[in-house]
Amino acid sequence: MGGNTEAMKFLFRENHIARRVVERIKTLNQPARIMHVCGTHEQTITKHGLRSLLPGNIEVVTGPGCPVCITPAHEIDEAIYLSENNIVAIYGDMFRVPGTTLSLSRKKAAGGDIRVVYSLQEATDIAIKNPEREVVFFAIGFETTAPMTAQVLLNNPPRNFSILCSHRVIPPALDFLLREGTGIDGLIDPGHVSTIIGARPYEPLSKKYHIPQVISGFEPLDVLVSIYMLLKQIKNGEAKVENEYTRSVTYNGNIKARGMMGEVFEAASREWRGLPVIPDASLTLKEEFENFDARKRFEIPTISDESCGLDCPACKDIIKGMGRPEDCPNFRKTCTPDNPIGVCMISTEGTCNIAYRYGTNIIE
Amino acid sequence: MCLAVPARVIEVNGDIAIVEFGGAKRKVNITLIDTPNIGDYVLVHVGYAIQRMDPDEAHETLRVWEEILKQ
Repeated sequence: MGGNTEAMKFLFRENHIARRVVERIKTLNQPARIMHVCGTHEQTITKHGLRSLLPGNIEVVTGPGCPVCITPAHEIDEAIYLSENNIVAIYGDMFRVPGTTLSLSRKKAAGGDIRVVYSLQEATDIAIKNPEREVVFFAIGFETTAPMTAQVLLNNPPRNFSILCSHRVIPPALDFLLREGTGIDGLIDPGHVSTIIGARPYEPLSKKYHIPQVISGFEPLDVLVSIYMLLKQIKNGEAKVENEYTRSVTYNGNIKARGMMGEVFEAASREWRGLPVIPDASLTLKEEFENFDARKRFEIPTISDESCGLDCPACKDIIKGMGRPEDCPNFRKTCTPDNPIGVCMISTEGTCNIAYRYGTNIIE
Repeated sequence: MCLAVPARVIEVNGDIAIVEFGGAKRKVNITLIDTPNIGDYVLVHVGYAIQRMDPDEAHETLRVWEEILKQ
């Protein structure tokens, strides 16, 4: 990182500011159950031991914030099936996640043509270099990652290129969780999803459910300050959307990126792994782009997904923020990053994987 | 997955910029943002710049925190 960004990073980790925020939080003396929905926030919170700084009456739980964890097994099965006769390009995050019976990594070992790429551009390059082959990109991720898929489709992608669209969107999922009731008093909204969508889409949720929300950055002080802002709202009986991450998030978000998403995608209702079908919380390609829709281009058999591929029952609670890794009898014992049982342990952004690497001890 | 990292723009060629992350250089697509200037910081996610970042905004964040803590 360049000198400036390095210096900036340390500005956001100043001990004396952290101590002041924690003092303020303690003085407020406001019990609360706060949910965030972002694997990167969980990484910050656990890696920097933020839970250990908070009073015992403040609980910070993780909602369904890891796109890898919530991609249903049968959509991974679709990618596995397509890799038998085509090249399937994926983001590395998906490589080890199991479908109903196999993961993409096992399928690759068994001869599936699966290529891990850092960027979608690399996937279109593979298509250009292999004009005789079909190249399918397994497009996962939330609003942070969906604009890239849209940008490629709007810029004359190669004819032998298509998208297996598994994008999901956050606000309808928050609506679902709040409607179901998870005992949440405040929400930390995801900073990079919000960089794209802006602060505005969260406002109806605050009105409908009287829920305080703060959009937060990813440095430890960003998260601590956001928790303090939420606690103040809760204490004052307010329910508004505040933006702590002003250096990246605006009220209307990234208008260019949102425009491209609007041209290419429409809302669809599909399930999230560990959760039921959530209305309008998925994206599908519009009809104009059906030539690039792998589900239209290929006949993909339907594979049953009754178990939803979650072999660990505790994952279902952890994904909804209703449980913590330490509540699971398998955690650290039979379920480890080298030998994961549930999806929350497989992805490096899964709650259990992060807890395994950085610890879960709460210091009173 | 939604990880995004700030990088400094060192070259701009049409839709593509060369950016530097602590010495490592990489091509990124800049069509999701307004064309950045050389020396600007951009937030990069899976090979795309998703936002321009103003280093002054970092100091603005500290000022906002001060305000929040004073209240």
